[in-house]
Amino acid sequence: MSFNIQKIREDFPILSRKVNGYPLVYLDNAATSQKPQQVIDSIVDYYSNYNANIHRGVHTLSQEATDAYESARQKIKTHFNAKEVYEIIFTAGTTHGINLVANGFSDILKKDDEILVSAMEHHSNIVPWQMLCDRTGADLKVIPMNEEGTLIMEEYAKLLSERTKLVFVNHISNALGTINPIEEIIQKAHEVGAAVLIDGAQSCSHIKPDFQKLDVDFYVTSAHKMCGPTGVGILFMKEEWGNKLPPYQGGGEMIAEVTFEKTTYAGLPHKFEAGTPNICGGIAFGAAIDYLNAIGFEAIEQHENELLEYATEKLLEIDGLKIYGTGHKTSVVSFNIEGIHPYDIGTIVDKLGIAVRTGHHCAQPIMDFYKIPGTVRASFAFYNTMEEVDALVNAVKKAKYMLS
Amino acid sequence: MTIEAIQEELIDEFSIFEDWMQRYEYMIDLGKSLPLIDDDLKNDDKLIKGCQSKVWLNSELKDGKIIFTADSDAIITKGIIAILVRVFSNQKPQEILDANTDFIDEIGLKEHLSPTRANGLVSMIKQMKMYALAYQTQINN
Repeated sequence: MSFNIQKIREDFPILSRKVNGYPLVYLDNAATSQKPQQVIDSIVDYYSNYNANIHRGVHTLSQEATDAYESARQKIKTHFNAKEVYEIIFTAGTTHGINLVANGFSDILKKDDEILVSAMEHHSNIVPWQMLCDRTGADLKVIPMNEEGTLIMEEYAKLLSERTKLVFVNHISNALGTINPIEEIIQKAHEVGAAVLIDGAQSCSHIKPDFQKLDVDFYVTSAHKMCGPTGVGILFMKEEWGNKLPPYQGGGEMIAEVTFEKTTYAGLPHKFEAGTPNICGGIAFGAAIDYLNAIGFEAIEQHENELLEYATEKLLEIDGLKIYGTGHKTSVVSFNIEGIHPYDIGTIVDKLGIAVRTGHHCAQPIMDFYKIPGTVRASFAFYNTMEEVDALVNAVKKAKYMLS
Repeated sequence: MTIEAIQEELIDEFSIFEDWMQRYEYMIDLGKSLPLIDDDLKNDDKLIKGCQSKVWLNSELKDGKIIFTADSDAIITKGIIAILVRVFSNQKPQEILDANTDFIDEIGLKEHLSPTRANGLVSMIKQMKMYALAYQTQINN
């Protein structure tokens, strides 16, 4: 498929609606993406035609649902180039995946072991590790970042030691858009024998990570940021880790004793998938991956970079506007205007039909670092247009005029 | 002036505006004209939770009436506070407790009444009524 922005926009029904009397300009893609008709259809198709519980029935519907669900897992495996399909564990989303890993490390970590996290983490990425440290007596260390919002790799190297057991970094920062050098982070961690968990919640809609090439131990992401539905995601876990970590939720081991022939799932990935999963969500996640691949990640990246460049240039023409996160980054512009509260800007641009995020983006440590209450964040997706960037810039100018 | 009369006055003032932009510009002006409060009153005790912007609300009882003073770091929020202070300050606690807040809808700021809205208009009203209740209890005893 060649990159035809008008045709792509037609796939997204929501993009033609109006908000407050203006055409919707949706620039909150880092919070969640919109859904194309193909994904919506896959949900309707599932519930209309073959809704059944999976992995259990010998009846036709159950077989069809199981096949669709497992074929989605296969699509995800291929997409991310995992070595084995059972290394892909379906979760309720990124946060669930992180907690699953953190819980698994409760039995592995000992007092004085260390966990490293980056200074640009989302709250959901800090709290589970603090809880884990409380339980185990391990220490949490922070990899610092510099003023442009880039991790200081020299400091990272200094923090690594034989005490380091786990390194946890987001692939792309939700508040700043910074793309972290995870190849180098993983390689350095492995040199001291530490495992690495990467949070890909923000990355997988923009780029296509290759799990085998990265040699990553754990990688988590959410479907809803990638044109899929909410409430479903994946945890990639290298086979050796999958065998080492205990089940997260009770039920997994018990299920192995159930005597349904064909369906004893004590092994991977079912060990970590207790209970009836989000079947429809998994299938729709597969449809979303098909959709994104049909457009192609190279085309997506190129278009989003053009949007980012244009938005950055136009916004910086506004007097007193400062952008946070100016290193190697993806299509996120986090900014403030001197003397104006981000909440005020967000309120005015919303009245003009433009959806941006304001606040601390669940990343208070970053806001503390810059000594600001929050930012206005515009985050672009491949279905956004240059005209929408213009609409944003004009709305911000209008807000500035009204508020100063 | 009674709370009701002030509310009527506000509805009247806002009725001349034709669109949201004029309403917001007026609200921003109201925010700018809100009397400044002492910095030492802007402490965590006076902070209202549930706002994306910071809101400090102070109250004192004078001659049987509550005097509210408030501030915010965001100007639209400050405008909303200015409206609330105008309606509820210098009123008797029982009158504040009895007052309804339908006028918010009538002046075209209904969207700010949603409890999920992060500006905390609902929290502000609740906090003002809490103070009124506390003072009323004090008076009754």
